[in-house]
Amino acid sequence: MRISTIALHTARFAALAAGVALSVPAMAEGVVNIYTYRQPELIQPVLDAFTAETGIATEVLFLDKGLEERVAAEGMNSPADVIMTVDIARLTAAKEKGITQALDDATVNANLPSEYRDPEGHWFGLTKRARVVYASKDRVKDTALTYADLADPKWKGKICIRSGQHDYNLALFSAMIEHWGEAKTEEWMTGLKANLAKKPDGGDRPQAGAINAGECDIALGNTYYVGLMRTNDKDPNEKEWGNAINVIFPTFDNGLSHVNISGAALAKNAPHREDAVKLIEFLSSHEAQQIYAEKNFEYPVEPGLEPSEMVQSFGVLKADTLPLTDIAKNRKAASEMVDRVGLDDGPSS
Amino acid sequence: MAGLLGSGAILPRGTAPVAVIGPVKRSRHPWLRAIAFAVCAIVLLPIFSLAYVALSGNGEDWPHLLANVLPGASLTTLYLLALVGAATSFAGVATAWMVVAYEFPLRRTLAWALVLPLAVPSYLAAYAFGEFFHFSGPLQSAVRTIFGFETIRDYWFPDIRTTPGCAFVLSSVLYPYVYLTTRIVFLMQGRNIADVARTLGAQPAKVFWRVLLPVARPAIVAGVALVMMETVNDIGAAEYLGVQTLTFAVYTTWLNRGSLEGGAQIALLMLVLVFLILFAEQWARRRQRFHTGRATHMKVHPPRVRLGRAVGLLAAGGVALPVICGFGIPLYVFGRYAARRLDQFSSPALIDAFQNSLMTASLTAVLTVVLALFLLNAVRLSRSVGVTVTVRLASVGYALPGGILGLGLLFALARFDNSLDAFARVHLGFSTGLLLTGSAAAVILACSIRFLALAEGAIRSGLEKLPGNLDEAARSLGKTPAQSGRIVLLPLLQPAIFTASVLVFVDTIKELSATILLRPFGFSTLATHVYENASRGVPQEGAAAAIVIILTAMVPVLLLSGALARDREASL
Repeated sequence: MRISTIALHTARFAALAAGVALSVPAMAEGVVNIYTYRQPELIQPVLDAFTAETGIATEVLFLDKGLEERVAAEGMNSPADVIMTVDIARLTAAKEKGITQALDDATVNANLPSEYRDPEGHWFGLTKRARVVYASKDRVKDTALTYADLADPKWKGKICIRSGQHDYNLALFSAMIEHWGEAKTEEWMTGLKANLAKKPDGGDRPQAGAINAGECDIALGNTYYVGLMRTNDKDPNEKEWGNAINVIFPTFDNGLSHVNISGAALAKNAPHREDAVKLIEFLSSHEAQQIYAEKNFEYPVEPGLEPSEMVQSFGVLKADTLPLTDIAKNRKAASEMVDRVGLDDGPSS
Repeated sequence: MAGLLGSGAILPRGTAPVAVIGPVKRSRHPWLRAIAFAVCAIVLLPIFSLAYVALSGNGEDWPHLLANVLPGASLTTLYLLALVGAATSFAGVATAWMVVAYEFPLRRTLAWALVLPLAVPSYLAAYAFGEFFHFSGPLQSAVRTIFGFETIRDYWFPDIRTTPGCAFVLSSVLYPYVYLTTRIVFLMQGRNIADVARTLGAQPAKVFWRVLLPVARPAIVAGVALVMMETVNDIGAAEYLGVQTLTFAVYTTWLNRGSLEGGAQIALLMLVLVFLILFAEQWARRRQRFHTGRATHMKVHPPRVRLGRAVGLLAAGGVALPVICGFGIPLYVFGRYAARRLDQFSSPALIDAFQNSLMTASLTAVLTVVLALFLLNAVRLSRSVGVTVTVRLASVGYALPGGILGLGLLFALARFDNSLDAFARVHLGFSTGLLLTGSAAAVILACSIRFLALAEGAIRSGLEKLPGNLDEAARSLGKTPAQSGRIVLLPLLQPAIFTASVLVFVDTIKELSATILLRPFGFSTLATHVYENASRGVPQEGAAAAIVIILTAMVPVLLLSGALARDREASL
């Protein structure tokens, strides 16, 4: 009896699985398929607005690793229309792997400043985020810092960061290599390592938590997390973390702060090219830019559009003008440097 | 192997068996062998395609890897393996022995509860431990309250985000593999042997060290081997706790330095480590041929040694400790988050993810058991060294990180799909599109390849415990190999098959990395649901799904624990 019940269930599941397998690629009319490294929650508000305005549905597939490899392997049969990701290096990598196509669209080009899109139209920056210093409200009296200051021995045992191998830190280190050259950056990174309070770990938010706990006085983090923490009604802990810190915009010698972007690209073999272009146009529009700013606390790339009030309260961002592609090309050098310096081993070794 | 020994066993003592098996040179079951090789080829597909990627590299990553990455990562991995191996052997064997040999409060409850941590995925455990032992977590808060400390600088507290911390996390959820394998041996024939030793005047402690431990050694090693493979392939816990293992190096080389070739090369290097583990396991199991406890022996229940009140309570506390760590802490941390988000339990997304997980895990369990039964029978019937070795090789996929294995499979499937599509377009005039890539079938295939080793291991040890001449008796009565297998072996193997299904089902429910890479649009499992939230920096939002994972995996784990306690013929 046991066997026959199992057999019955198996048959039912097999039928179910076959159904799933056959109904997979969303090839229906009026659909844009999105492969994304950005979590669905973060892009859903914008996508909903897109569907409401155009009647075109969206299908979202979230991947955490290997998005480029998957699209490349799928080749000409890939269902991907639009690729969305954070971090400039991922956008340029998508172009290099040949999984994007050029898009020369008047609306998009008019909406997005040229420094935040690929000259050949293979990727488009949609939002900006600055990599800033979270400073303890109680213990840090400084109101201005440079990135170079983080290696100053006066911060010994007082700095927290997430892993040096994370995209956001690698982009910052890459920008430094571009500004300072490898030798000076490595010297700086060695100084930063000596200043760490503990081994790098976790995400950006827990660094604010560590400041709140008194483990360290300053930390590196992205701007939008501060907004997300301070408005987190579900988790009182995070609200406390967000309110325990001030945001300081550190600067390079040129007086400007490091920014990274999130962006989108048109997939090379997009089966719904026309609708996909409409989506990219929409993402660059004023309406979408406003949603990004208000819901996600990101900086819009649209010139002249103010960030949310919360983000304005951090102070004025003066974004670095270093070409983003220059930052992206240093990524490998930055990653090797993190290993060489042993940044992720923490202060002791 | 079993068949070979079996045919020898029917001969009178001292007769050379040459006459029976020596001169028979014709190839046995050529079709069976061919199909067995074909199945193994599919199972090894991801590794072949990774090897292809690795060989296409130019080796330019190696100066950096050798100078700055591999020495540290190898040491960290070995250190982690040593710690986890030691901790799980100790916890698994000690608890198994206590539960089998002594009577103390809550013993019966603990006997099954000790298996519960198996239901907790290591990435969830890492997060839960991280929170629980964090400065703002309950433990340190209590310490501060009791001693009047204010900040973190006022006192010392062990850091969970270290290699020993990671070993603690992994050991807490992996020790049940050792507990399960060892308890069975203690239950099955350990008692009989122990009784003999006791009647000859040996003290209980001496019996344990001199008699029982050596008898249980193959079982302990089999359990520890599973633990080690899970430790090698772990990325979730290591990444979260900032422990830079070889697996971590695979990912940074691939993702941060844009060298998939370099990552694949490290992954293949890790397989050497896995071969060592497999070799050690094989070696320790080499004389595991004394397992034929008869049901009549089993009916005898020598009384357990009853511990005094104080000692008994102490024993109960000690035995409960692994359960509290591996199951209690994760349940506490995620339960608290989930309690504030009860509405999530009825959300359509979660229900959908639950159904997908259930479907994937059930189909994977069925598929792996069928494959394992087929392969093991091919080994028995063909008596070919080639088949035996190939089948053993087919299980190394278990030790590869899921994301890397998934990537290898992705390449192979996509190539197959696109070739088929091109063929159909040219010759048949229509497109087949991506048939397997990006469908639920790819996810099920990936999980089956990953976890075949579990099913194969469980059923193999079940098979090894059966006298080899059982089905040959049926054959001598005129049954075909298939008939004798079905009539005689399959019913006897039922407990082993059940164990295999449960282990695969539970691991598939917990599987994350391969699933997230290969899944189709709109296909979330419980694990990917949790991960989407965790990667956004808000694991709390995935708490409901985390609880459902733990509860879903708990059901079969409990069934297994119950079945093993009742049925001493059960394998593993």
